[in-house]
Amino acid sequence: MSIWEYANPKKFLATTEKVMPALWVSSAVLIAAGLIWGFFFTPDDYRQGSTVKIIFLHVPSALMAINAWFMMLVTSLVWVIRRHHVSALAARAAAPVGIVMTVIALITGAIWGQPMWGTWWAWDPRLTSFLVLFLFYLGYIALWEAIDNPDTAADLTSILCLVGSVFAVLSRYAVNFWNQGLHQGASLSLDKKENVADAFSNPLYVCMAGFVLLFIALVFYRTGTEIRARRIKALMARERLEA
Amino acid sequence: MIALLMRDLKLAFRAGGGFGLGLAFFLIVTVMVPFSVGPQSELLARIAPGVLWLGALLACLLSLDRLLALDWEDGSLDLLATAPLPLESTVTIKALAHWITTGLPLVMAAPVLGLLLSLPVSGFLWLVVSLLLGTPALSVIGTFGAALTVGLKRGGLLMSLLVMPLYVPTLIFGSEVARRGAEGMTVQTPLLMLAGISAASIALLPFASAAVLRVNLR
Repeated sequence: MSIWEYANPKKFLATTEKVMPALWVSSAVLIAAGLIWGFFFTPDDYRQGSTVKIIFLHVPSALMAINAWFMMLVTSLVWVIRRHHVSALAARAAAPVGIVMTVIALITGAIWGQPMWGTWWAWDPRLTSFLVLFLFYLGYIALWEAIDNPDTAADLTSILCLVGSVFAVLSRYAVNFWNQGLHQGASLSLDKKENVADAFSNPLYVCMAGFVLLFIALVFYRTGTEIRARRIKALMARERLEA
Repeated sequence: MIALLMRDLKLAFRAGGGFGLGLAFFLIVTVMVPFSVGPQSELLARIAPGVLWLGALLACLLSLDRLLALDWEDGSLDLLATAPLPLESTVTIKALAHWITTGLPLVMAAPVLGLLLSLPVSGFLWLVVSLLLGTPALSVIGTFGAALTVGLKRGGLLMSLLVMPLYVPTLIFGSEVARRGAEGMTVQTPLLMLAGISAASIALLPFASAAVLRVNLR
């Protein structure tokens, strides 16, 4: 029994199909609970008023935008080293989810920033590095779409993901150095005294857990779709050969 | 290796267009800036380092399209791949040839164009130094982008999309050095970061480019 058993597409499909309903339901429940708790049962912030509540969408999506890329990095490495097809397909499946999370984070940030900072957009390190992350996702997805041979595409995008990760980290520090911004520091962390107040952090944790589960569910679902699409392609190719 | 370098240089010089094109583009960008932002020399002096860096970067990007595509089309890339030279060094030489034909002329032209944008005299040295350190990184990163898209029919646009985010750190530190130099501030930190990025890119990226090229030639 090892984790590599799930590199078998059949085994992967069978297992994910079993856990999918639980994943969908639990993520939906957690997100709904977190959002309702956050929107209706938390007090208004003494300075930001009710606008603070967008945090329940903003922070989880930003979290998943970064972690989706990290997951793509890991699956790309698995593909490059062990050449399991499911791994490459999972990376492909995660990219659109990641870019949507990035866009949600950017848009909710703009909506939050307008009343708070008086501007929709500022060239602030955090905002700018998210914009760069968005560009990385865009290039990655475009490269997948541009290449016909799936194995070549998997190889090229994997290497792009590895190189891109290094440059993404570099960009993060570069823009930090380049400009000191408006954005507040991390809202939650384990080693700091000053986190957001408990009234906000508890529903936020629920939302974050919900987003993590939603991401896993979406990636499993999309990976399954990719596997089936590939099977169809193989079947059609065989049919054409026989005809 | 030297033979390959000389071949690429000769091709670039004789085939026309490719060599001067980047330089001409750099000139166009610089000349157009005062028309779009107005001719006030204080304003121009303030944005000159950034504009010159951006112009150099775009000129570099413009010429990447031809870096490997021509050799791919006439099949000499396959020959180079099967030659006794490791593909890593082939790619490095290609990047070096690109830098000599594009980066170096840009570095030399930058002071003259700085004059057009009324860059303060104190800024010239650091502008040249930053471009001299930064353009090799642009060439090596661009070679990686060109290698990624070499087999694609309309790869030029896709390559710009792939390369642009990779250029971000180089652009930030490079123009920061030039800007601080022009304003007479200390340049040590961004200068060291820029040099670090260039050195690391030159050391590591040829491996990625060669790996990508092997996949594409498979």
